[in-house]
Amino acid sequence: MQANTIQNRPIIEVKELSKTYPGRVEALRNVNLSIPRGQLTTLLGPSGCGKTTLLKIIAGLLNKTEGNVFINGQPVNGPGPERAFVFQDFALLPWCTVLRNVAFGLELRGVPGKQRNEIAMKYIDEVGLTGFEKAYPYELSGGMRQRVGLARALAVDAEILLMDEPFASVDEQTRRKFQEDLLNLLKIEKKTVVFVTHSIEEAVYVSDQVALLGPRPGRIMRVINTRLDHAENVEDIRRDQRYLNLVEDLWQILRQYLI
Amino acid sequence: MSKYKPKTKTGLFKRIAWRVLSLVLVFGLWEFAGRKPISIIFPTFTSTMVALMNLLIDGTLLSAYAVTLVPLAIGVALVGFLGIVFGILMGLYRSFEWLTLPVFIIVQSAPMAALIPLITFLYGIGLGAKVLAVVLMAAPVIVLNSYRGIRNANPTLIQMGRSFLASRTQEIFKIILPDASGMIFAGLRLGVAAGFIGVILAELLITPTGIGDLITYYRALALYPQMFASIFSIVLFASVVVSALQRLEGILFRRQQCTS
Amino acid sequence: MIIFGRRIPMIFALLIWLLVWEAIGRAELLFLIPPFADVVRAMFKLLATGKFYQAVSVSFIAFSTGMMISISIGIPLGILMGRVRFIDELLGMWVNVFVSAPLTAIVPALMVLTGFGQTTVIVTVILFSVWIITLDTRAGVRNINPSLLEMGRSFGANKLQLYTKVIFKAALPEILAGLRLGLIRGVRGVIVGQLLIAIIGLGELFELYSRSFLMDRFWALVIMIFLFAYMISEAVNHLEKRIEFWASTR
Ligand SMILES: Nc1ncnc2c1ncn2[C@@H]1O[C@H](COP(=O)(O)OP(=O)(O)O)[C@@H](O)[C@H]1O
Ligand SMILES: [Mg+2]
Repeated sequence: MQANTIQNRPIIEVKELSKTYPGRVEALRNVNLSIPRGQLTTLLGPSGCGKTTLLKIIAGLLNKTEGNVFINGQPVNGPGPERAFVFQDFALLPWCTVLRNVAFGLELRGVPGKQRNEIAMKYIDEVGLTGFEKAYPYELSGGMRQRVGLARALAVDAEILLMDEPFASVDEQTRRKFQEDLLNLLKIEKKTVVFVTHSIEEAVYVSDQVALLGPRPGRIMRVINTRLDHAENVEDIRRDQRYLNLVEDLWQILRQYLI
Repeated sequence: MSKYKPKTKTGLFKRIAWRVLSLVLVFGLWEFAGRKPISIIFPTFTSTMVALMNLLIDGTLLSAYAVTLVPLAIGVALVGFLGIVFGILMGLYRSFEWLTLPVFIIVQSAPMAALIPLITFLYGIGLGAKVLAVVLMAAPVIVLNSYRGIRNANPTLIQMGRSFLASRTQEIFKIILPDASGMIFAGLRLGVAAGFIGVILAELLITPTGIGDLITYYRALALYPQMFASIFSIVLFASVVVSALQRLEGILFRRQQCTS
Repeated sequence: MIIFGRRIPMIFALLIWLLVWEAIGRAELLFLIPPFADVVRAMFKLLATGKFYQAVSVSFIAFSTGMMISISIGIPLGILMGRVRFIDELLGMWVNVFVSAPLTAIVPALMVLTGFGQTTVIVTVILFSVWIITLDTRAGVRNINPSLLEMGRSFGANKLQLYTKVIFKAALPEILAGLRLGLIRGVRGVIVGQLLIAIIGLGELFELYSRSFLMDRFWALVIMIFLFAYMISEAVNHLEKRIEFWASTR
């Protein structure tokens, strides 16, 4: 019974969260959001509405002005081992090989060299970069760099992945491939993912639920269940009528908030 | 960098051809100006080169360089180590930055050469004076480059480190310092160039030894080809050293330059 | 720095250093460093002497003449190097050599060629400043987005318009950066030139004060020159900030 209640409780709870940047830029106002365990939740909204701000406060990288964020019932005071971040601009160490970049989180935790390289190799494999472990970031394309960023986040074995527009700087074809690979990967790795995007298609394609953020100051307008049972084949989603309807529904909601 | 990077053998050949043409053009003009002559004092390029060969063969130049390069090396090593440490501390500690940055901001645009006359009072006219001149000229750029390298370390990388729970020590040694190293090295290169200016100024103004003395000496004797040969040699030598450092920088920090 | 929750401006750090200076001077640790109060007094005394004004005006004329020539050579040359390949190939190497060469060594040669006077100082100023202006201008021209040039051409700009209305303006951020560095180097050129010649302008005063151990005046002069260089650099910096917005969206 006890275990069951923990399982049903949202893993991340955001309560009455506000953020005002110095210079009185009000980025978030009174945000409330529950993020269920083991699902992929997308924060969707126009550029500048505060998605990154919200995600970085959840990550413990930014201080909030008011309100609280709870992870597993504990208030957030900074970064923690149960959360791993995937950065929009990759944030790879340019002077380190792919292998060392992927192992970087483990290196910081003091995992011995041989062991962390083994773990890193496993994830390099999982994200499809086998053979590139000796390469340096500058030798990789944008999409491959983000795969390194993803592998690094997976390698530290966090329950929660926080992904800030991970595919924004990648071209359309690569992005689609990456989205499919992400869904396949999440079938193996049971993670809770908070995913930020400004693309409606991407949001519907990858997520179980979508939280719509309105323009500044960012508020949650609506949370919509977008779960399509894509257990069998991720390649069929884009043809699914429910997918197409959801994209259109979200657009109809979002366009009301545009000028 | 250049749009015309050599990618093929012919590209390389063309590049060398341009180099040669450029040398021929300038030295040709020099020869022409010397033969015309624009001034009875101005030696031709060929007579300068002949003088340079003679100075090289009889060892004059070599012994002059030995005297000039020792204080340069000592000064650069000294200010290289202390200045980099100082700049790094400035970048890492806000209160230290607050105390020292204003001084360096003024000093970076100031003509430090104005202080050279004071050096005689401190160290007389020996090795110490030259070392101090090198330190004086090279310190501002070395300190400020190290400081800026640290302060401008990529904030996303620092955030990445924090999100993966880096301690402050790990953040400094695994992220900030490697990220700043390119800029620190560039400061060292600029410091070497400034050090050359310092040592020559000291030799011309206060300590008549080394290559600076050679210039003054041949001027006094009105041996202008020799004088121009000495000047030519030091300008050439300094450019070779500085561009070698630049090459090295390109090789060492290639990875950083390509991704950031 | 923040003390008791208040932000203390950095300029106060300079005050602390001046106090340290005063203390060292009072303690007579080094005869080279007289109390700062004496230096300030000497500054006022200097400002009342004709010799000082003469030195300043000679130096300023050399500086401004040299800079004017330097700018009118450096910027067009830089633009040409950025646009015309063979000029770039022919001169690029030399500009790069001279931008970091110990040009101090060349001043004695100038002295025998152009004499122990103002001309040599002016040439020194040019020699010190022109290369960095050229190099930065060239970099600015090379950084121009090619589609901006195509835009100019497709809307029918002629060559002159293209150079003055598109290329020069688009390269302005780098040109100003080069100008700032050039001015700083120009001040250095005046000082180095006059120190080596030792019989004109500020160089003569430096020589005089250090020979006769008038340290308060020496420092008064140093401080005024340093402040002059700083103010010039800040003035250009201010201009650079004003057009910074277009550097990012070119
Ligand atoms: N460090 C900061 N200082 C001041 N304002 C900021 C800062 N970072 C972001 N902002 C502002 O806060 C708002 C939300 O930014 P952000 O969270 O990055 O939006 P999004 O990721 O949705 O595009 C924007 O209007 C932005 O200009
Ligand atoms: Mg964002």
